[in-house]
Amino acid sequence: MSSILTDKRTATLAGYVDDRVGASKIVKTFARKIFPDHWSFMLGEVCLYTFVVLLISGTFLTFWYTPSMALTTYEGSYPALVGQTVSEAYATTLHISFDIRGGLLIRQIHHWAALLFVAAILAHMARIFVTGAFRKPRELNWVVGCVLAILALAAGFTGYSLPDDLLSGNGLRIISGVIQAIPVVGTYMAFFIFGGEFPGEVIIPRLFIMHVMLIPAALLAMIGIHLGMLVMHKHMQFPGPGRTNNNVVGYPVLPVYAAKAGGFFFIVFGVVVLMAATVTINPIWNYGPYDPSPIGAGTQPDWYILFVDGALRLMPGWLGPVPTEFSTFGYVWSLNILLPGAVVPGIMIMGLFAYPWIEQWLTGDTREHHLLDRPRNKPTRTGLGVAALVFYVVMALAATNDLVATHFHISINDMTYVLRTLFFVGPPIAFWVTKRICLGLQRRDRELALHGRESGRIVRTADGEYFEVHEPLDVYERWNLVQHEDEVVVPLPQGRATTLDKLRARLSAFFFEDRIAPVTPAELEAAHAHGGHGEVESGHDVPAVGATGHGTGSSHGH
Amino acid sequence: MKDSPTTGHAAVHSHGGGTDLAAPEGTDLENRFANPGLPAHRFRVTDTDPKAARSAERQVSTIFLLSAVGTVVFLVGYFALPIEEDKSFERLLLSTLVLGLGLGFAIFCIGIGLVHWAKTLMPDHEQIELRHDIAGTEDDRRDAANIILDGVEESGVMRRTVIRNSLIGALGILPIPAVVLFRDLGPLPGEVLRHSLWENGVRLTRDPDGTPIRAADVTYGSVFHVIPDGMEDSAHPIEEKAKAAVLLIRIQPEKVQAAPERDGWDYDGIYAYSKICTHVGCPVALYEQQTHHLLCPCHQSTFDLTQHCKVIFGPAKRPLPQLPITVDNEGYLVAQRDFPYPPGPSYWERGESE
Repeated sequence: MSSILTDKRTATLAGYVDDRVGASKIVKTFARKIFPDHWSFMLGEVCLYTFVVLLISGTFLTFWYTPSMALTTYEGSYPALVGQTVSEAYATTLHISFDIRGGLLIRQIHHWAALLFVAAILAHMARIFVTGAFRKPRELNWVVGCVLAILALAAGFTGYSLPDDLLSGNGLRIISGVIQAIPVVGTYMAFFIFGGEFPGEVIIPRLFIMHVMLIPAALLAMIGIHLGMLVMHKHMQFPGPGRTNNNVVGYPVLPVYAAKAGGFFFIVFGVVVLMAATVTINPIWNYGPYDPSPIGAGTQPDWYILFVDGALRLMPGWLGPVPTEFSTFGYVWSLNILLPGAVVPGIMIMGLFAYPWIEQWLTGDTREHHLLDRPRNKPTRTGLGVAALVFYVVMALAATNDLVATHFHISINDMTYVLRTLFFVGPPIAFWVTKRICLGLQRRDRELALHGRESGRIVRTADGEYFEVHEPLDVYERWNLVQHEDEVVVPLPQGRATTLDKLRARLSAFFFEDRIAPVTPAELEAAHAHGGHGEVESGHDVPAVGATGHGTGSSHGH
Repeated sequence: MKDSPTTGHAAVHSHGGGTDLAAPEGTDLENRFANPGLPAHRFRVTDTDPKAARSAERQVSTIFLLSAVGTVVFLVGYFALPIEEDKSFERLLLSTLVLGLGLGFAIFCIGIGLVHWAKTLMPDHEQIELRHDIAGTEDDRRDAANIILDGVEESGVMRRTVIRNSLIGALGILPIPAVVLFRDLGPLPGEVLRHSLWENGVRLTRDPDGTPIRAADVTYGSVFHVIPDGMEDSAHPIEEKAKAAVLLIRIQPEKVQAAPERDGWDYDGIYAYSKICTHVGCPVALYEQQTHHLLCPCHQSTFDLTQHCKVIFGPAKRPLPQLPITVDNEGYLVAQRDFPYPPGPSYWERGESE
């Protein structure tokens, strides 16, 4: 190893670089930086790597694609469309697919990478949420992440529209309809964005410059901030033996982390290419060029837009005799479009941005956190996360209601009624179920920590009593189950409480009321003493575990 | 780098205890377990057995060689499977498959090889790094605050209020030109959304070939996708089509709950309705012949033809506007006038009309 740097030429070169950019300091600071390891940390890497794949494949596509809505006659290699009048955008996309060797492959790489990019972002955000990685000091990085998610959606949608095919054209038609529904300025906005009436002749070039310049530049800038803050904060780690709030346990960047992360880039890239090689995506030649009159059954957007489309499908135009669109003084309020198309996504996004501060406020927790939560140890937060996910999935499912109906031979109306019901009851049920599961898992952790693992060995005592011998956990295993701290409900302040104080106390109680306290050394001592057989005994103790948890909970509460 | 199993662990215990866990004030730390510190390192078989290490080495280099094979497959596919002469779809798919599998494995194997190398042969000792305070010390903060205060003071921005206020004023209006420049992104809407190409005497023609439709050709249960005659020669045919597209359907008159004020809008049971959904503008292209329902495939708004396309399900609120039609003296279907209400999705200025 050392021979490289003692080599004279290398030393000269290294010195040259160091004299000009201070490379030695950079290497000293970063090359041996420790990163903790966990499979779920790869989700964020997938986001980054698919983005790189998108930049590479997208650049390739721009060499042939023409962002123009000018009409031309298709003369390329796809016989079914020869002689048809199509836009240049559509014709050049066909050209890439049919006349450029590997062009279809690159197009499909680009599309699959885009789908995977947004999926990885969603999974990464879910991981961050349920493990509490957004807590101080990382709240601002959570916000940056939310911005990245929105930019990713924008990148996806603008790119999806560029081939100017029938499917994406109808997607734009829907967008223009939603924009038109905005009160007061909607019609003007639609005319400005589309350069006149829908579809006009400028929307594709405008979307193109957003897609290839503004949005990627913004993404790059935000990714820079995101990763810069990551390095500054140092990565969070899961709790475990030897891991504390003040240290980072893991592997150094050089060599093992660089090799693993670098290798993972190639794995992600390779998988995307293999998907693109074997699975057709977005066959625009089947859809045909955009035309305002025809449409195919089963019109679905790319998966990440499904939730908005599904919300539009769920909202009825009439609630019995009451219309959800009405006019006052000759002006139209299209609540049937605004509520699902703007208000619901708006509330979701605002909730997402604000969540770190909401939780901080109602838990009163302003400490720095560098240890992740195990999701089960925060049952309310995990429940809220799953509820939000179910809310999202119900809406996304709603956008597939026609396909579900035709594939499973059920009435599309019934399917829609069921989903409308689930829209309201699904998230609360998901919250409740998740919370119960988390509490159950915590009880199991407690039981394991207190009584050890079932050995399967049944012993009969001299008195004729049977019991199963439990093997105690070693200190490392046990630490994983007992390391978290007990939560404290924020009490009402002394004296006069404002409405806000009361709300906070109530929300805080909601957050922490049902909880299972971690096992303490005293409890373990007691459990062992209680066993009395030399080995830890369980069986009739199980119900008492639950009671202990609840008892501890309520005694803290009020 | 051959570490002994205990290297690095001595440091753990100094800060491995439970005391440095962030804990809420008042929490009884005595009543908590102590962090046991990192468990002893477990060596991999490649750390202890040189034979296993050599075999791992061979595996990694084999995987890298497989990557090179993938690259060769790609190159062979690129030159051996041209798509210029053989323009069949099968050839395109074959070319895509060979190029993709070659390139995919070439890239994938690099990754697998690197990770395998890292996992089997690079040191896997967990190391510990201490975190440092993110915030500066109290002194740092005071110094930083003083620097900024001094800077502000030296600039005089607080003292020289005339300069400051004029700058704020000037900067305040500076963005206005940028906003104004966007004005020409598009024309103002005006009344264009209210009108389509339909007017008295315009023939109904088939989409897309533009041939006129004889009333006698419209049989019961048949559906015609219709555009106005002369649309292709208009200044903006696609924009016109997005407003003027029409569905033509003939129903037995006794099945229709005809509104008296629309008497004479159909011709002998032939009804013409706007094809553009009143929800967000998709084409309402699915006709259920048995129930006489029109279904929009985008969001499933369902319109009942027997009730003048009233909404019976889904997110749309307004019925599809009906186009009053008749026949000209050659027997071809023509419009009597434009739609009585603006076709397509709602917009703010649309007004209270149906």
